[in-house]
Amino acid sequence: MTTTQTPTGLDELHILWTSEGMSCDGDTVSVTAASLPSLEDVLLGLVPGLPKVHLHNKVLATEVGDAFMAAFHQAHHDELGPFILVVEGSIPNERINGDGFWTSMGNDPVTGEPITVNEWIDRLAPKAWAVVAIGTCATYGGIHAMAGNPTGCMGLADYLGKDFRSAGGLPIVNVPGCPVQPDNFMETLTWLLYQAAGMAPTIPLDDLLRPTWLFGKTVHEGCDRGGYYEQGDFAHDYNSPKCLVRVGCWGPVVNCNVTKRGWMDGVGGCPNVGGICIGCTMPGFPDKFMPFMDEPPGGSVSAAFSGAYGSLIRRMRSITNNTANKEPKWRHNRRRLTSGYDPRWGNG
Amino acid sequence: MSWDPITRIIGNLGIYTKIDFNNREVVECKSTSSLFRGYSVFMKGKDPRDAHFITSRICGICGDNHAVCSIYAQNMAYGVKPPPLAEWIINLGEAAEYMFDHTLFQDNLVFVDYCEQMVKETNPGLLRRAETTEAPNAGLHGFRTIADIMRAFNPFSGAVYKEALHVSRVTREMCCLMEGRHVHPSTLYPGGVGTVATPQVFTDYLVRLLRVLDFLKKAVPMNDDLFDFFYEALPGYEEVGRRRVMLGCWGSFQDPAAVDYDYRNMNEWGRRMFVTPGIVLDGELLTTDLVDINLGIRILLGSSYYDDWQAEETFVTHDPLGNPVDQRHPWNQTTLPKPQKRDLEHGNYSWVMSPRWYDRRTGDHLALDTGGGPLARLWSTALAGLVDTGTVRATGHSVEINLPKSGSLPEMRLEWKVPRWANTIERNRARAYFVAYAAAMAVHFLEQALGEVRAGRTQVFSDFDVPDEAIGCGFHEAVRGVLSHHMVIRDGKIANYHPYPPTPWNASPRDMYGTPGPYEDAVQGLPIFEENGPDSFKGIDIMRTVRSFDPCLPCGVHMYLGGGKELKQMHSPTFGASLGG
Repeated sequence: MTTTQTPTGLDELHILWTSEGMSCDGDTVSVTAASLPSLEDVLLGLVPGLPKVHLHNKVLATEVGDAFMAAFHQAHHDELGPFILVVEGSIPNERINGDGFWTSMGNDPVTGEPITVNEWIDRLAPKAWAVVAIGTCATYGGIHAMAGNPTGCMGLADYLGKDFRSAGGLPIVNVPGCPVQPDNFMETLTWLLYQAAGMAPTIPLDDLLRPTWLFGKTVHEGCDRGGYYEQGDFAHDYNSPKCLVRVGCWGPVVNCNVTKRGWMDGVGGCPNVGGICIGCTMPGFPDKFMPFMDEPPGGSVSAAFSGAYGSLIRRMRSITNNTANKEPKWRHNRRRLTSGYDPRWGNG
Repeated sequence: MSWDPITRIIGNLGIYTKIDFNNREVVECKSTSSLFRGYSVFMKGKDPRDAHFITSRICGICGDNHAVCSIYAQNMAYGVKPPPLAEWIINLGEAAEYMFDHTLFQDNLVFVDYCEQMVKETNPGLLRRAETTEAPNAGLHGFRTIADIMRAFNPFSGAVYKEALHVSRVTREMCCLMEGRHVHPSTLYPGGVGTVATPQVFTDYLVRLLRVLDFLKKAVPMNDDLFDFFYEALPGYEEVGRRRVMLGCWGSFQDPAAVDYDYRNMNEWGRRMFVTPGIVLDGELLTTDLVDINLGIRILLGSSYYDDWQAEETFVTHDPLGNPVDQRHPWNQTTLPKPQKRDLEHGNYSWVMSPRWYDRRTGDHLALDTGGGPLARLWSTALAGLVDTGTVRATGHSVEINLPKSGSLPEMRLEWKVPRWANTIERNRARAYFVAYAAAMAVHFLEQALGEVRAGRTQVFSDFDVPDEAIGCGFHEAVRGVLSHHMVIRDGKIANYHPYPPTPWNASPRDMYGTPGPYEDAVQGLPIFEENGPDSFKGIDIMRTVRSFDPCLPCGVHMYLGGGKELKQMHSPTFGASLGG
């Protein structure tokens, strides 16, 4: 992956956001929960140095219908100026459709026929300064690409190709999650805006096109129940505050930072608060994690090892813990000081 | 002129209208949806315990409602009753969801239609009058004139617009405390929850609730002032978005002392819910019995992109009480998608089906709506007169809501009275009141939950087995209204699963009898109050009406105006002789 700086120096930028893929709009809604930074922080120019941002998102737009779609048509005709294309929802296979369509956004002004989302991606992705896939559906296909689905849908990189480069020379930027963790997206966007302003190098992405600083660690590595795992102490049902791997948690093999970061401003999460990790940030989601409430196949082997080793460790720790829970004997209210105090210590 | 998509809703919605500008009236309206994903198709053959995780992903703003409804259906199928504390935790999570969702939608999406910037573009005369109209409740909310209220909702710059974004975050944190995360919960399971029920989790919720109470107490009188102003300043505005009172509510918030998830007792425990299920027809409460409600559900086709399933397999011939179940009931539905060209004139034009409720007395297939959710919930609860928690009391004609003292405001009693109309304004007004309802209920649920914790009853999960053969149904009120999940299990796998959220009811197209869906019905005949002529027409009253239902489906709205010309071409003889028809 290239790491050369792109000194673009843009001072104004549009965000064209389509949530008309196979989506639930949950990623848009999630982003309104972000506070680090918040959407309004970015739009109102609170973060110094970022370009001025014009957001075109269906859920929040003041304009309706044609007035809303105008920016998309302008971008298609090279009349808008630099823009970031954000795609939410998976991309259906419209080749299996006959005369119909699985999803569309707006009508063709000439024919009056619906314009499919696929057509919009074909038109806009090559012209975009950057292309961002938000949510696991847009990144890798997600829940709507489950086995047995009728639409044959896929992720953006499946559709555009893994070697795709935007007009700004960037690969697709994937921010997975179902929904996307609010601050993860806003932070990725903030990096891109810094980069667009010429203040940051190319965003560091891994080979699945995820920001490395957000998706480089596993759920388990950030989980505060990991200590129970190490001690071989597992929950047998959902009443327990202990490690959930034996009742369905896939955290040890899933790249996601929610246990470490919390869901919103440190509140909430998944296994750290009693919710099994179902792998919703992963390319293999959901099929490779179902049935969700069964123990992951790898879990039983490693849990057996940590069970044997852990029970011994737990016994030894419990002895030490016992000692640590007792105060030293010189803390008392008797008439004689027993702390070992010696005013001439070291002089004798 | 076409407007596609309609913004400031969740999902893609399509509405095509024909407008008679001479008579200032909408002549015809069709509602379309342009997105299909196929949940009921790809859920077949999956493990039933996956259902709530999967169905949550149906919706990005009310997914937790689906997860909860699915858990209710699974509890029935597995024959499991969660510990009481788990029910209180779910109720608290759902109360927070209502508070979050209604606040974000009302103040950041709907209210943009009533903000200064928008009113200036559509009804400058009205704005001038608003500048000089004193707000009756200024003492409570602090805005001197109606125009000051409108200014407070200008997108991203208005004071209340920005404060609402903040409140929507705090209330989402409350939801996360109970359900792990938002909007797709992590800690909900059939049989209970995984939430760690320490005193801390309830304290963290309570403190946040108290922090948003001041906001809610100002919001309700502010909404009243603005909506009353519309009635007063624009005589006849009550006709905007008005349709026959034909409301459905499937009940919300289980009472753990009553619910056992046994279908045979569903009538009793349904009536003990803290929002009473019911069907209100022309002001009369037809039933509060969830068994009646269940058996009356029919999914019709007529204008949708599907093949019929009349000749397909019947999964459930009789319910557990021995009542026959119709082939058009969700338990027996087979979804057969058939993508095709959109034909708005004479054919199929939507991915949405047409849910209806069969009224045995008359043989009518009623196109029930939810009034966006709150209107039907408050109406049904008020008439039933069953709810009384101390914080909320249904009187038979109204709902009293008691909010405790908060940071800067004293205790406050609000009363929502059954309105004279089911129209755009009353749908929106009810939404503000229901936020207060949910907050007052949360106060009650917190007391009950802490009572359990203090008594040492901290179990939150009951174990269960998945049977080889079973059926289940879940009834819940999503934020936008009625939500049902119907599941059939065979060989331990999902054989059939059909979720019916509120928006398919509200956004449905014409059915096989030609009956328009609720958006279509509410917009048809709508009088136009906008001051703009056809050339700069924004359709604000139509937008307000569609948004009053709080649309939440992947759809796309267009309007088909054609400056009068199109009307001539597609015209039906009863409308406007002046248009040459």
